[in-house]
Formats: sequence, structure tokens, C-alpha cells
Amino acid sequence: MLSRKATFNSHGQDSEYFLGWEEYEKNAYHEVDNPSGIIQMGLAENQLSFDLLESWLAQNPDAAGFKRDGESIFRELALFQDYHGLPAFKKALVEFMSEIRGNKVSFDQNKLVLTAGATSANETLMFCLANSGEAFLLPTPYYPGFDRDLKWRTGVEIVPIQCSSSNGFQITESALEEAYQQAQKRNLKVKGVLITNPSNPLGTTTSRDELNLLVNFITAKGIHLISDEIYSGTVFDSPGFVSIMEVLMDRNYMNTEVWKRVHIVYSLSKDLGLPGFRVGAIYSNDVAVVSAATKMSSFGLVSSQTQYLLSVMLSDKKFTKNYVSENQKRLKQRHQMLISGLQNAGIDCLKSNAGLFCWVDMRHLLSSNTFEAEMELWKKILYDVRLNISPGSSCHCTEPGWFRVCFANMSEDTLNLALQRIKAFVDSLSTTNNNQSRHQSNKNQRRKSFTKWVFRLSFRDREASER
Amino acid sequence: MNHSRSRRNPTREPDFPTVKPPSPGGSSSGGAGAAMRLIVPLQGVVQGRGGLILGSIIPGALYYFFQLYLKRCRSAKPNSNPPSPSSSSAQLADLSRSSSRSNLSSRGSVGPVRVSARANSIAKPNASPYYIGLEMASEDPYDRFDNPDGIMQLGLSENRLSLDLIETWILENLERSMIGGADGHLNISGIATYQPLDGMMEMKIAVAGFMSQVMGTTVSFDPSRLVLTSGATPAIETLCFCLADQGNAFLVPTPYYPGFDRDMKWRTGVELIPVHCRSSDNFALSVTALDQAFNQARKRGQKVRGILISNPSNPIGNMLNKETLYSLLDFAREKNIHIISDEIFAGSTYGSEEFVSMAEILESEDFDKNRVHIIYGLSKDLSLPGFRVGVIYSFNTSVLAAAKKLARFSSVSAPTQRILISMLSDTRFIQRYIETTRERIKKMYVAFAAGLKQLGIECTKSSAGLYCWADMSGLIRPYNEKGELELWDKLLKIGKINITPGSACHCIEPGWFRCCFTMLAEEDIPVVIKRIQRVVET
Repeated sequence: MLSRKATFNSHGQDSEYFLGWEEYEKNAYHEVDNPSGIIQMGLAENQLSFDLLESWLAQNPDAAGFKRDGESIFRELALFQDYHGLPAFKKALVEFMSEIRGNKVSFDQNKLVLTAGATSANETLMFCLANSGEAFLLPTPYYPGFDRDLKWRTGVEIVPIQCSSSNGFQITESALEEAYQQAQKRNLKVKGVLITNPSNPLGTTTSRDELNLLVNFITAKGIHLISDEIYSGTVFDSPGFVSIMEVLMDRNYMNTEVWKRVHIVYSLSKDLGLPGFRVGAIYSNDVAVVSAATKMSSFGLVSSQTQYLLSVMLSDKKFTKNYVSENQKRLKQRHQMLISGLQNAGIDCLKSNAGLFCWVDMRHLLSSNTFEAEMELWKKILYDVRLNISPGSSCHCTEPGWFRVCFANMSEDTLNLALQRIKAFVDSLSTTNNNQSRHQSNKNQRRKSFTKWVFRLSFRDREASER
Repeated sequence: MNHSRSRRNPTREPDFPTVKPPSPGGSSSGGAGAAMRLIVPLQGVVQGRGGLILGSIIPGALYYFFQLYLKRCRSAKPNSNPPSPSSSSAQLADLSRSSSRSNLSSRGSVGPVRVSARANSIAKPNASPYYIGLEMASEDPYDRFDNPDGIMQLGLSENRLSLDLIETWILENLERSMIGGADGHLNISGIATYQPLDGMMEMKIAVAGFMSQVMGTTVSFDPSRLVLTSGATPAIETLCFCLADQGNAFLVPTPYYPGFDRDMKWRTGVELIPVHCRSSDNFALSVTALDQAFNQARKRGQKVRGILISNPSNPIGNMLNKETLYSLLDFAREKNIHIISDEIFAGSTYGSEEFVSMAEILESEDFDKNRVHIIYGLSKDLSLPGFRVGVIYSFNTSVLAAAKKLARFSSVSAPTQRILISMLSDTRFIQRYIETTRERIKKMYVAFAAGLKQLGIECTKSSAGLYCWADMSGLIRPYNEKGELELWDKLLKIGKINITPGSACHCIEPGWFRCCFTMLAEEDIPVVIKRIQRVVET
């Protein structure tokens, strides 16, 4: 009775990434009400800087009050449903995006399309760039949501670009070529590459070399490049953020064919910590893409009230500058807390400089170098340690044992508690290991003494006989 | 009096979107003689010396030049086809929006591999008069004081009559409602953080309550059966994705809202099969016609997945009575298909009839609830199209489960939900609002219909909606779609009024126009009538 899309599991929502969430919903940690509940470390949300937003809102009641210069503009906003978006908001947004990139690149607001969140932006871009059955290449590990957002209704396929820990999961030329060949083998026409820069789940900014490599690759193959830069404002450490637009400018690619095939996805959910507002954007130099995406955005427009509120907020340059730098400071601090806490438990992380999470190396805690063992460990961490973290397999990582752990969606105390639980868990593991090995060595001892005894017996006999 | 006025044979194949090939520069029967004058000498050449070579080169060369000639002809007159309601170009966006058309047409053909077929298909500018009119009117909008010669917008079904009430409420209650906590301390986490992507539970409760109130409290809506989306536009698309596969079809009684052609077909690949209704029975929906359409579809090998009705109807403004709803349910059960009931104008009634929702029927009677789905939104009844709130209401748990997951692509903004939760929960205000807005719509309707009557233009008897369905068939010459569009064009360019021609709504009888009157003030009505008069009398 229902469509195939509704009945099949192509929404990709059966992976562990989502199951962990369900468990968390059933037994969520709460400082007072449920102190032994599951702590959510699988949600990449930034709750560190709400106070800054709250104080701005308190000082600017007109913005939320549908007023401009003291005059009510409610009527205008109530009726505003133009899919070209509120011009004042788009202007403020592109200027904000430019600011995050150190003003090294500037954006034209007429090339920006607003959507209800980056989820909608990514899907819309897929609808615009690829036909059903065609493919995009994505470097692994990647955000589990892509399996749903990019593929479900669009019918587009994802072919992974395998990255490995041997070089910090960086994208290499051979990996790109390999992925392209794989797609050909599967009879899939490759329409482009999609990268997340800074990366989710790695938390690293894409290096200039990698970006140049990508530009070369898409030039050679005549395909698109989508750069999901949703975390661009969360870069808290060196090396800084390099936008793909900057690389194109440096190579004098403005107004070339390649320039038109590079598209950026953005959102205010991570940089500004406002995922509830549902604000996403597509930026493209291709007029056809902008036109098609604009019309498609009818299926996911941003509320005019929200657009107006944010246009005022983002136009307050003093506020945005302060917010971005303060937010980055706090992220850096939290990040440090997490990695030192993990180090204390003998766990390393991939060196990272951005994002709301760390890519944690728990390979040494696996019982075997397999994904089954990773699942085993993940389940133990979920049910026994009571932490919801994201297993690398749900991010399509090729090596078992990596996990994404978020650090910005909880209070400091909660993070400390989580770190304590991890330490306790790791300690218990090594005690178990010690017990196990002692047990093992006891067994070995017994076996050895038994053999000795048998040997001695036989030897005695022989001695007797030989005499 | 009731001679058959349809311009098309009712048993003809329903219209499918087909791309009409451009007509090359005329080849008439006179060309045959000229052709012979060319061919005979050619034959002589071919049969002579070197015949074989010349015989292949010359025709080849001729063919090549002929193709070049055709190509030049084609590019000389682009899009020479008059806009027709059944053509696929009506699948474009821009419904109910004031927006500028894309600049693409000047670029010639878009590179073939660059973007997807879907993107290419909408790159072409929309030829439907519905969108053209909206655009022109938005570029030169009438204002009684600032722009009295501008174009009066009667093509957009927006209700501006009672915004003052909402504005007052907002200005009086905003601070408390948006982010203020009980102690007055701002707490943004309630709107900043991730919320359930199909809507906050409080919002669902508030909207379910509003739907009940607006439909006369004769029916109650269960909040757990709601999925909220950013407007009714994604609501209907999402429902399509859930109920039908690419190539499947929905039966839609005509005339229907032009936006369905985009919302339901574009990305889903679903087809719409028009089921024609006629003025002779006041455009009432007949199950016989549905049955006929269903059988024809089956013969064609096309799978019909459901019926889409709008109740109250857009563009007619009439409401379906209980008997019709029962027969629809019976029909759907017999054919094992779904019913989508778009009830977005349910609260905008002005007649004496009471609105009956599908939900009300299902509550009282024992019908199979799993096949009924309702679309709603706050854009019409609450005059808040900018806030983007749409509803899918379904009794089918599988549909709800799928729609919930799909809602992530079109979620409602959290701060907007907060404000609306507050407003919709103020049931006393809502009651006052509903009653006032109904009175105002009625007043406008009466004045407007009377004005049209002065010109000899009758409207279909209607009791809901923000528009009336006017019969201007007596004013068009010739009596066909072309005549209708000519009148539309004159009204737009000379009369400076934008109304929607029936052909854009797939109406089978020419001469009908939808005129929205809720964007006007009462003082504007005489101006409208005068302008129509001016055009009609020339």
C-alpha cells in the first residue's frame, strides 16, 4: 500500500548510530533525576555558548519582536514566503561566512540559496546535480546521516574514497582514483566528490594539498565538488581553515568551468549553535544550479521570523566577531579536557583542530581487529559504561576500533563524569586482562608441570630400565 | 441552455505532460512540386558518370544543409507554443510567491552533463499564466496611495484581512512566549537545540487543537498522528513520496490548484490524472467520472495510487458534503487506493454550510482509516504563510513513520514553533480570530460577487476559500482556451489586474477565472470592477 521508499530501509536509519540514540532516549542521563543514565556523546551539538546568544537576545528585543527601527514589520514577515529569501538575511549571512574565512573570500548573496537546515541543502544539491542511479564519491569516514540525506529520495549512490589512519585519514590521489574505478566497475556514473571540511567525524581541517588534489581531480574528470563547510566556524587551533573557494582563487580559477562546478553547503547549526532554527544554505557559482535549487527550496523554506531575527543578529558585527572567537576558545578548552582525560585512560585521539568531537582510537581495546569486535566494544560502552558514542563502522571507516566522541553538548561536570566512567572501564579491562592472563599463565603453569611430571615419570622408568 | 461546452472529448486520453516538438518553417503541399524539380535532375546526375559517388555525396550534402536550416528555424522562434495547461512546463515553482524569474533563458542551452535532468527541466522559464501573472503583479504591485496604477493582485490566495488581530496579539504577548522562562529569565536551549524534526510535541498538541477549533470542534485531532513540515508544499510532496512510486498516478478532480503540478510531480515522478468536473453540476465531483478515469488508467497500464481532493475546493470554493465523502471512501476501498484530502482552507468559510472534514467522517463511521491522509497548514486560516507551518495528518502508522523520517528535509523552525504554541494555546483569542476573519471574508465575498454581477459576471455558488470562481465565458472570443488567455492577457496588461485563468487550473470549460479578494481592502473593489469593465468594453 505504501511506496517503495516508505517501506524499504533505504533511509539508512537502522545503523548503530541511530540505535544508540534510541537507547539513550530510553535511559538518558540527568544530573539529578538519573545520574546513572546514558550520557549522550553521539550528538554533535554545541551548547557551550548559549549565554552569549541569550544576552544578545535580551539586549535586542526588537529582533525577535518583529520590529525594525522601532516599527512593527510583522505584516511583512507574516506574508513573506519568497523563495529568494529575505535579502537582509542573505546579505548578513554571506558576510558572516566571509568573516569566518578571515575575509579572504567574499560571497555574492545572489548565489546563495536558503534551505531548512544543511540536511535539506545537501539533499537539494543532490537533486540538482545528479540523476537517480548516479554516484558521488565521499572520503571515509563520513557523517552517517549522508547515507540517508544524499541517497534516500534522490536515488543517488555513494562510493567511498577509502582513507586510512596511516596518513591521518587524509585523501590521497590513489584513493580518489581507486574510488572512481570502483564506481565504474559498479556501472555508476560519477557526478562529483563531496567532502566535509572541517571533517565530520575526524575534526580536522582539510589541508591545502588535499584541496588542490581535489581541484585537480575534478578538473580531470569533469565532475562537481561539494564542500560541506558546516563546521568552518568551529576551527579552534592551527592549521587554520582553508576554504575551497580560497584555493580556487589562489589558482586563478575564477569564472572558469571548474569554478562553476564547486558548491558549498553551510548552516548555522554548528557554528552558531542553532540547529533548532533550521537554517541551511547552498552556495554555487553555477546559475543553473542556483536557479534550480532556489525553486526546490520551496520544499524547505526558512521561517521569515527566523530569517529576520538572524539578519539582525548577524549584522551585529561586534557580536559575531566576539561570539566566534569566544566560542572557539571554549571549544578548544573542552577539546583539551576530552583528550587529556582520554590520554589518562591510555586512549589516544586523532590530532584535530576543529569540530565538536574527537576521533578516538580504541583499537587497542578490541578483542580482535574486526568490526564484530568493534560492535562488541561499542555495546559494552553503551550498556555497561553508559556512554553513547558513534562507532567508526557507522561512519564507514575501513579500520575497526575508531569512535567519534562529542564534547560540546554537555556541561563540564557531565564530561568529567563521562571521562571517569571511561577510565574506570579501561582499568577494569586491564584488570580483567591481568586476571585473564594470570588465569592463562596458571593454566600454562599447570600444563607445564603436568608435562614435567609425565616426563619425569617416563624418565624414571627409563632410568630404571637403562640401569 | 446546457449545451455541451467542453472543448475536449471527455473520453479522450487524459493529458500527459508531453513536450511538443517545435514546428519547423513551413513545408506545405506546394513544396512537393519544388521538390520534384530538384529530384529529377539529381536522378540524371546519379545515373550518369560517377553516379555512385555523386549519388551518395549530393543527397548527403542536401540532408546536411536541410538539418542546418531546420536548426536555424528552431532557434529563431524559441518556445513558439502558446502556454497550454497540459504541457509539462507547468511543473515549475513560483506559486504564491513574489519572485523574479530566472535569468537562464538568455544563456541558451544549459550544458548537458553539468546538472541533473530534474534541474534542467526547471531551468526553462515557466510558461503558465498562473506564474507569469503572479510575477508581473509582484513587480508592479498596486497600492492605493503609492502606486494607484500598479497591477492589482487577485491571483494569490492570501488572507490579509485579519493580520491586524494577530499582530496585536504578538506585540502584546511576544516576550513571554518566545524564550522567556517562568522567572523571566531567557532560556534559549528550548529553541536553539535540536528538536524532534517532525515538530515539538507541544506544537503538535497546539496545532491539533487549532485544527479542531477551526473546523467547528465537531472533530478532534490526535497530536500523535501529526507530522509538521515547513509549509503545506512539502507536506504534500512528502505524502506523495510515501504513497506512490515513480510513474504511479493520482486522480485529481479539475479544476485544481496549479501548484499541485509542481508539488506532487516534480521530484517524485508521480503523475496527475485530471478528472473533469463541469459547471452543469456546479463542478461537483462524480464517482462515475473517477471510475472512468481509473479504468482508463488501468488500460494504459498506469497504476493509480490514490485520489487527491481539496476540500474546501481551490479554486472553486465549494465544500464536499457527507454523501460525497462517503462515496469517495467507498470508491477508494473498492479500488484499494488512498485519499489525500487537502483541507488547508477549512477555517476560511463564510457560507451557511458547515465544513465536514474527512477526519470527522472517519471518527463517526466505520471506514478503513488507513487509506485517508489529510493535509493542512497555517498559511491560509491563520494568515501566516511566512512562518512555514504545514501538517500531514494520517491514521496510517506506517505512513506516519515514514513521513516522520522524511520531515527532516523540511522542518519547522523552533522559535516559530514556540510563538505559535503560545498563540494557538490562547483558545479565546483563536476563537475571536476565527469568528472575525470569517465575517470579514464574507463581507468581502458579498461585495466582490455583487460587483462582478454588475458586469454580468456570475460566480459559482461557494461558501469557503479566499476567492471566487467567476464565469467570464460570455466575455471571451473565441469560446476556447485561446480566447480565455487573450482575455487574461488583456486584463493583466491593460486592465492591470492579475486573475488566474481556468486553463491554468486544468478546467475543461473555457472562460472561468479564479479571483482572490482577500488581499484587497473593501475600497479597492470598485476599482477592480471599473478596470474589468474598461477591458471588457473595449
